[in-house]
Amino acid sequence: MTLDVRAEHLLRDLAPQVLGIMCRRFGDFAASEDAVQEALIAASIAWPRDGVPDSPRAWLIQVAQRRMTDHVRSEIARRNREGALAAETDFVVEPSTQEVPEVGGLDHGDSLLLLFMCCHPALTPASAIALTLRAVGGLTTAEIANAFLVPEATMAQRISRAKQTIRTSGVAFEMPGERERAERLGSVLHVLYLIFNEGYASSIGPDLQRSDLANEAIRLTRAVHGLLPKDNEVAGLLALMLLTDARRPARTGADGELIPLAQQNRTLWDRQLIAEGIALVSAALSRGSVGPYQLQAAIAAVHDEAARHEDTDWPQILALYSLLMRMSDNPMVALSHAIATAMVEGPRAGLDLVATLDKDDRLASHYRLDAVRAHLHEMDGNHEAAIAHYLAAAGRTANIPERDYLSAQASRLAGRNEREA
Amino acid sequence: MKYMLMMNTPRGGDYQVMSWPKKDLEAHIAFMIGFAKKLGAAGELVGAEGLASPSQAKLVRAGDGGKPVTDGVFPETKEFLAGYWVVQVDSAERAYRIAAEASAAPGVGGAPLNMGIEVREVMSGPPKEQDA
Amino acid sequence: MKYMLMMNTPRDGYAKYLSWPKQLIAANTDFMHAFARKLAGAGELVSAMGLASPVQAKLVRAGDDGQPVTDGVFPETKEFLAGYWIVQVENAARAYEIAAEASTAPGMGDSPLVIEVREVMSAPP
Repeated sequence: MTLDVRAEHLLRDLAPQVLGIMCRRFGDFAASEDAVQEALIAASIAWPRDGVPDSPRAWLIQVAQRRMTDHVRSEIARRNREGALAAETDFVVEPSTQEVPEVGGLDHGDSLLLLFMCCHPALTPASAIALTLRAVGGLTTAEIANAFLVPEATMAQRISRAKQTIRTSGVAFEMPGERERAERLGSVLHVLYLIFNEGYASSIGPDLQRSDLANEAIRLTRAVHGLLPKDNEVAGLLALMLLTDARRPARTGADGELIPLAQQNRTLWDRQLIAEGIALVSAALSRGSVGPYQLQAAIAAVHDEAARHEDTDWPQILALYSLLMRMSDNPMVALSHAIATAMVEGPRAGLDLVATLDKDDRLASHYRLDAVRAHLHEMDGNHEAAIAHYLAAAGRTANIPERDYLSAQASRLAGRNEREA
Repeated sequence: MKYMLMMNTPRGGDYQVMSWPKKDLEAHIAFMIGFAKKLGAAGELVGAEGLASPSQAKLVRAGDGGKPVTDGVFPETKEFLAGYWVVQVDSAERAYRIAAEASAAPGVGGAPLNMGIEVREVMSGPPKEQDA
Repeated sequence: MKYMLMMNTPRDGYAKYLSWPKQLIAANTDFMHAFARKLAGAGELVSAMGLASPVQAKLVRAGDDGQPVTDGVFPETKEFLAGYWIVQVENAARAYEIAAEASTAPGMGDSPLVIEVREVMSAPP
């Protein structure tokens, strides 16, 4: 027997709450996370059999605590056997077995704290992503492994290693100080952004929600926004995600092929998400601050507001990219800026800008440099150059739908060439 | 990002492991096992395999009715895949660092083989929307 | 027993593939997906991967200080691995059958793909 959908969602919501409580009680994030995982596994076996308990959170806490105690006891026994009788003051031997009162749902501070821990700058992006999805997202290791198409053992090790890193880095389970907080929050937002970008719908069916990382990223970012409603970059990131996700229904064709923005059927866009995203970014910008996520969200908003591609307010997008270029060194931004320039000032102007990017090592063999060039050459009527660059770009990308799209563009132009010949 | 690290060995070259002194072969295998374990512990290892000697390699194609037609490999084939690792890492640089480590696997007399490890990205699925 | 089935391609093979008509690429992709699904359903598929173009390939060695030294691949390298399947089967004959099927993947040219088949060792290299 397995958990039904409702119980699964319940577990996912409770997992970070229980983890927060365990961390406060025992001070050991890694051991707490292990204990919580075991409690979740126990629930997935016991609840289908015995029914969901009346106080599911208390049930989980009790089981997790017992696991923790068992772990502590066997640790002590092991150390005794090994003759190492260190005076360990960080082991709590008899944790409270009292009922933990249900305090109006989410313990706000703990979720944010967990995010800070899981997105600690000492972790590699891949580790932070995996740990966040498990400890805060409440996804199982198998679900995360499936989303990244790696064996479960690989993902389990990645998470284990991440927890070890946190342990050895000595990060305490407490809010970072004022000075550190901005940087740490930046790490959190960056990880959430990466999760969003990794996201895609695996297939139609019951698995859709589970491996849909984009939805998970939105859910977590909403939570952060709820906890920090006045933070403009958080609002900006959430807006960016909503405005991008709104277009998802139009982004893939019947055969799974990529459909670029210019060709998307805009009637398929999710208007509710767009409205929410626009409201969020407008509110943030009206508060006077400006930041990279807010600007990217603003750009997405301008796209999403256009009823047809031809109606896109490119001058506004160009202005926003110019601003974004001042805040961000990212060469991908420069490429997008070049496209926007081309839309306003003509393809030659765009190509001139792209030429200046040739010297940027970070773009050296990146497919997007060729892809943008190809697009601009096509706009400029230089089909031969466009075909060459589309093919070069297709050869450079490791992304299959992207590759197929680029080679199809080359094919299309070549076909047109043949007809004209 | 996923990368495949390939140990291609020249026919008749340094990698005639069956003719190595037993001690050296054991050290080589121990290195490989330890290396894979380390990558596994880091959560970076997606897969790894060692291949049997190319003397048993067959080239197969569909013949009449789809039945397999097998041939030996061409005499002029100069290189063979001896083994590979597939890793998931955050950057190409990390993949190259792992490859450099693999390249230093010990050979005869315990000296690093210093093989060239071919590194290439593995194709992946998710579409990324990246319009201006 | 585990076998590796390798699809090798000449140096310009990948670029040629990119120039195939769109429908042929789609047919090839559909074949590969269906083939992998079938093998997985039969419990025979251990893993399958497609590799990026050889133009991206780097050859890496350890430098004197252990830092990676990266070069492009040698000009005289004629063949590259384009993709592979690892299958778990009872015997070599079954591996060859699977390889023969892989060789019928839609493509250009008159002759079917040739698939290199070699047994996999039971422990890492």
